[in-house]
Amino acid sequence: MYEDKIFTRHRLINLAIIITAIWFTWFAQVTFDEYTVRIINNVAIFIILAVSYNLINGVTGQFSLEPNGFVAIGAYVTSILIVDADTMLYQYDIEDPSAWVLAMQADFAWALLFAGIISALVALSLSFPVFRVRGDYLAIVTLGFGFIIKILAINNPQITNGSLGINDIPEYSNLYWTGGIAIFTVLAILNIIYSKYGRAMKAVRDDEDAATAMGINTFKIKTLAFSTSAFFEGVGGGLLAALLTSISPDLFTFFLTFQLLIIIVLGGLGSTTGAILGTIFVMAGLEYMRFLDEPMSFMGIETDGTPGMRMVVFSLILILVMLFAREGLTGKKELKDFFKKKKADK
Amino acid sequence: MDLLTFMQQMVNGFSLGSMYALIAIGYTMVYGVLRLINFAHGDIMMVGAFLGYTFMAVFELSFPVTMMLSVTIAALLGVLMDKIAYKPLREAPKISLLITAIGISFFLENTFTVFAGGTSKAFPVPEYMEKIFDVSGVVFTVASVTVPIVTLSLLLGILYVLYRTKYGMAIRALSFDIKTVNLMGIDANRIIAIVFGLGSALAAVGGLFWAVNYPSVEPMMGVLVGLKAFAAAVVGGIGSVTGAVIGGFIIGFTEVVFIAFWPELGGYKDAFAFVLLIFVLLFKPTGIMGEDLEKSRF
Repeated sequence: MYEDKIFTRHRLINLAIIITAIWFTWFAQVTFDEYTVRIINNVAIFIILAVSYNLINGVTGQFSLEPNGFVAIGAYVTSILIVDADTMLYQYDIEDPSAWVLAMQADFAWALLFAGIISALVALSLSFPVFRVRGDYLAIVTLGFGFIIKILAINNPQITNGSLGINDIPEYSNLYWTGGIAIFTVLAILNIIYSKYGRAMKAVRDDEDAATAMGINTFKIKTLAFSTSAFFEGVGGGLLAALLTSISPDLFTFFLTFQLLIIIVLGGLGSTTGAILGTIFVMAGLEYMRFLDEPMSFMGIETDGTPGMRMVVFSLILILVMLFAREGLTGKKELKDFFKKKKADK
Repeated sequence: MDLLTFMQQMVNGFSLGSMYALIAIGYTMVYGVLRLINFAHGDIMMVGAFLGYTFMAVFELSFPVTMMLSVTIAALLGVLMDKIAYKPLREAPKISLLITAIGISFFLENTFTVFAGGTSKAFPVPEYMEKIFDVSGVVFTVASVTVPIVTLSLLLGILYVLYRTKYGMAIRALSFDIKTVNLMGIDANRIIAIVFGLGSALAAVGGLFWAVNYPSVEPMMGVLVGLKAFAAAVVGGIGSVTGAVIGGFIIGFTEVVFIAFWPELGGYKDAFAFVLLIFVLLFKPTGIMGEDLEKSRF
C-alpha cells in the first residue's frame, strides 16, 4: 500500500523524467558535435553498467568485482555476431576463425540480447560455487574471473583473435541505442528494486540471518541479483564494443571495475539515483583530471607522467569516502525521497 | 616423463609452493581474526619486493640486511594500513571494509606505477643465490632450496607463536569472539595490529624470494600471486595457518606438474589455481584443515 501511494504521487514526475531523458537523447544526437556525442555515449553506457553493478553491490550487499569480466563477454559475443565473415577472415592473423564463429551472424539488437543472455548464464553458473558459502568469496572469485576471461580470450585465437583482438567492428552504437538502453535499464532495475524480489535483496543486505528466518531463499535472491547485473553488463559490453569499434583482451582490465566501484560508492551504495549521479561526476572528473597524468613535480618529487596519478587520486577518494562519508552523495535515498516531506528516514 | 625430470619438477614445485604458502599465511590470519579478505595483501608482497630492489640496486646493501630492512618496513606498513584504513571501520558493515581494502590495493599499485614506472625492473640477485647444484642430474639453485627451508622454519615459528605464547592465545581467542576478548582485558586492536604486522612481514619475505626466483619486480606483480595465494588459503582451509601452507604447496605443485605434463596448456597456467578454488568452494568450502568459521564466531 505504502509503495503504491508513492508510485501514484510520483508517477507524473517519473513520466516527466523519462520523457525528458528520451528528448535529451534525441536532441543530443542531432545537435551536438561528434566529440560531445561520444562522451554522452560513454556516460550512457556507464550508467547501464553502474546501475546494474549497484544491484548486486549496493542493493543486495554482496561485494562483487565482476563487471570487467561480463563486459568483456558481452563485447566479444556482440563483436563475433555483428562482424561479417569476410572482415573476420581478413583480420584473424594468428589462427583462422572457427567455422561456427564465421557462421554466427545476427542483427545488432539480437547480438546485444544474446550477449546479455550469455553473461547471465555465466553468472548463474558462477553463483553455485560462490553463494553456497557466505558472500565473502564472491569478491575474490569475481576478481579472478576477470583474469580467466582475459586468459581465455588470449588462448583461443580461433574465436577471439587472441591478443590482437577484433577490429573494424561496425559502429552501430549511437545515442538512440545507448541512451535508449540506459533508460530501459534504469527502469528495469528500479522495477526489480521495488518488487518483492527487490525488498528481499535489501533484506539480505541488511541482515542475512533475519532474511532467512523470514523465509527468504537467500541463495535464490543473490543469484537473481548477480545474474541480472551480469545481463545488463553484457549488454553494456556489447554497446561499448560497437562504440569503440575495436576490442582486445587488455581493454577489460580491473580498472573498469574499479571505475564502476568508485561511481557507485561516491553516488551512494544502494541508490540508483546515486549511481547515475556518480557516473556523471566520475566521468566528468576523469576527463578534467587528465592533467594529473602529465609529467609534473610536486614538493620536489618528479613524476614522469606515467598514467596512474589519476588512479592514485581516485583510490584515495574511494578510501576517504569509505572512512568519512560512507553514505556517498545520496546515501540509500532515491530521487523521490528528496521530494518527500521530512519523514522518519529508512 | 623420466624420474629425473620428475625430481626436477618436484624441486621447482616445492620452491613455488613455499612462496605461495608464505603469502597465504597472511591472508588466512587476517581472515581468521577479522573475517576480511585483505585485498592489499598481495600488494604488500609487491612492496616487499620493491623495497628489496631499492635497497639492493640503489643503496647496494647485502641480501640479508636488505631482507631485514624490507621485512621490518613491510610489517610497519601492514600495521599502518590497519590503523588508518581498517580500524575506523571495525563496526561498519563488512562491505565497507572490503571496498576500503580494494581501494588500498589499487592505491599501492598505482603509487608504485607513478613513482617507479610501469615497466618491470631487473632484480639484482646475489650471486651465491644463483649458484647451481647438481645432485645426480637434478639441477637446482641455492635459492630454490633456501626458499622452502626458510618457509618451513617460519611456519614453525608462527605455529610456536600461535600455540605456545600468550599473544598466540590472544590471536586464537580473537578469531572466536572479539567482544569477549575485550572483556577479558585484552586490547583487541593491538592484537589485530600484531596479526597485520606478522602477515605483512611474511608477505614481504615471499615477495623478496619471488624477486630472487623470477628476477624482476613490477607494480602489478602482487595481483595474480595474491589471488593464487588466497586460493591456496581457501584450499587449505581459511583460518588455519597449517592449512595455508599445505594449500600453498598444493597450488605450487599442481601448477608445475600441470605445465610439465601438458605443455600445450601453458597459457592456462594462471587459471589453474582459480579453477581449484571453484572446486573447493563447490565440494568442501571449509578446505582441508578448516573449521566452519561462521559457527565458531557466535
